[in-house]
Amino acid sequence: MIQADLSVILPEIFLAVYAMAALLFAVYTGKDKLAKPLVYATALVMVVLAIYVGSSSTGTTEAFGGMFVNDAFARFAKVVILLSGAIVMVMGEDYMHRRGMLRFEYPILIALASVGMMMMVSAGDLMSLYMGLELQSLALYVVAAMRRDSVKSTEAGLKYFVLGALSSGLLLYGASLVYGFAGTTKFAGIITVAQHGEVSVGLLIGLVLLISGLAFKVSAVPFHMWTPDVYEGAPTPVTAFFATAPKVAAMGLFARVMHDAFGHAVSDWSQVIALLAVASMFLGAVAAIGQRDIKRLMAYSSIAHMGYALIGLAAGTEFGVEAMLVYMAIYVTMNIGTFAFILMMERDGKPITDINALNQFSKKEPGKALAMLVLLFSLAGVPPMLGFFGKFYVLRAAVDANMTWLAVAGVVASVIGAFYYLRIVFYMYFGKDGEEMQSRGSMLLNGLLAASAIAMVAGTFTTLGIENAAASAAATLVH
Amino acid sequence: MSVFAFYLFAISAITGGLFTVISRQPVHSVLWLILAFISSAGLFVLLGAEFVAMLLVIVYVGAVAVLFLFVVMMLDVDFAELKAEMARYMPLALLIGLVILMQFVMAFGAWETSHAAADLLAAPVPADKHNTEALGLIIYDQYFLLFQLAGLILLVAMIGAIVLTLRHRTDIKRQDIIAQMMRDPAKAMELKDVKPGQGL
Repeated sequence: MIQADLSVILPEIFLAVYAMAALLFAVYTGKDKLAKPLVYATALVMVVLAIYVGSSSTGTTEAFGGMFVNDAFARFAKVVILLSGAIVMVMGEDYMHRRGMLRFEYPILIALASVGMMMMVSAGDLMSLYMGLELQSLALYVVAAMRRDSVKSTEAGLKYFVLGALSSGLLLYGASLVYGFAGTTKFAGIITVAQHGEVSVGLLIGLVLLISGLAFKVSAVPFHMWTPDVYEGAPTPVTAFFATAPKVAAMGLFARVMHDAFGHAVSDWSQVIALLAVASMFLGAVAAIGQRDIKRLMAYSSIAHMGYALIGLAAGTEFGVEAMLVYMAIYVTMNIGTFAFILMMERDGKPITDINALNQFSKKEPGKALAMLVLLFSLAGVPPMLGFFGKFYVLRAAVDANMTWLAVAGVVASVIGAFYYLRIVFYMYFGKDGEEMQSRGSMLLNGLLAASAIAMVAGTFTTLGIENAAASAAATLVH
Repeated sequence: MSVFAFYLFAISAITGGLFTVISRQPVHSVLWLILAFISSAGLFVLLGAEFVAMLLVIVYVGAVAVLFLFVVMMLDVDFAELKAEMARYMPLALLIGLVILMQFVMAFGAWETSHAAADLLAAPVPADKHNTEALGLIIYDQYFLLFQLAGLILLVAMIGAIVLTLRHRTDIKRQDIIAQMMRDPAKAMELKDVKPGQGL
């Protein structure tokens, strides 16, 4: 019995045991001297696990009495989480090493956060949902404050922690109300109670509180306040991590709760999520215009992008979930390239994040400027880049679900948002002469930037079967 | 008798909670908090959950509250200033609080538990098992996964505390036991003949 359960969560067990073994090994031997090899070893383990998860089992299996679900949806999310986590960790290694921030605990905390994220997207019960979420969040609070001599980094960690604790409180209160009214914490049980048209007021309030807690984790408006400060204050490699894997995990968890537990009461939550989506898209588009710091700008950009991904969820259909998954995969790819570029930005050895430094960048490094141009066009959703197709998918899902107003709002917000992406392009190509910046790129960063930019163009012709994988993932989730 | 005990504990728990929030002295707040904890423990005993009650007394009163007390006394925080800051937002906070309260009144007015919940409530603890044993059966069997995950969360908390606070200082002297044991008596002391009026 227990063997059958354990074999289902084998990847999670392996990653957790690896993290603990690595911790013991590093503490008793080289400590921070081992940080660099540990980063690469952890990334290797995560890539191997991603391949294992992606290729191994098929179909849906449950473990621990339905607390843990391994289905196509969970596998899709896990592959994206593990791959992006591994890439971002390796990407930031050089940056952290040169600034003396690289400690051996960093890869271990990332590995443990990944375990939490894997539990999140596989949760089949309100309790395992919360445990996974806390494991992930707690590790992220620590890495945000990793640069403890910097006031900004400490502030980022503290803000994230206090607001994260508040959102966990909301989520727990919602979960307890849902438990009180449904009599069970299992999603499979809640869905039989939460039938369409029969959702009691108490269950509804519980659901709204659950959504509030989850919206904080995906940084949807009005629960977004922490995002710009945390993105700005955290060390850039950590910011890059925040913008990728945890977003996918939180979005996956969001979709899992809504469809697995409340899938028969779509009309009760789709309006709430549609409102979150519209508010996120517009705030992300408008508030980013005044930002001069590229990390803060990316924070608002991520808020806007989460708004688009939420459109897919608000549609409440199978195609909506598929669109959301495709959107998240594209979003993560774009962010990896963009943050590879941000990690390279420096002047006299010091990292800079001011967008004025990009003036006339194309004269110095036309190749990198071109790659960045492609990525920014893609982030803005300009056709024929891949980012356009991501937006197209979610908007079509909204139209198919008779939410044309939502799609129209999405298009308007996208036009407003295009301004600040294109402004960076303008600076790079037609900006005034000013203080120059150097871009210190290793092979790895250059390669990732180029690969990500090429993917944005090549994605127009082939998306390497992501759509099919997302479609089968969505089919297992939506009832 | 048990009804009397219930109201006694319930009233003292609410009083404790109220004075935790409104007392001027932070140390008093912590003491009121301890009263709230102990009263809640009493409520748990009335429910037949002795193990949870003892846990509340040992962990919350014994460790957490004492830690709070320690922090409050050690840190020099100007609570009057914090309170003044809070007063600025009070009207808005009251409004929002009122709205949320109304909503919850609505929610609890329409309270109806599902059949599944009623079944669960009917048998809180198996009759032939005492409290601790029943909890153990659930935690190590049904909730095994959650128990292990909770362990991982605590591990992360521990790593985090060490990462964020531990500093290896190089400018202090530490005891080196091996070096102490390897000392050679012949080389440990050197005798010098210092002449008066001269240094070394």
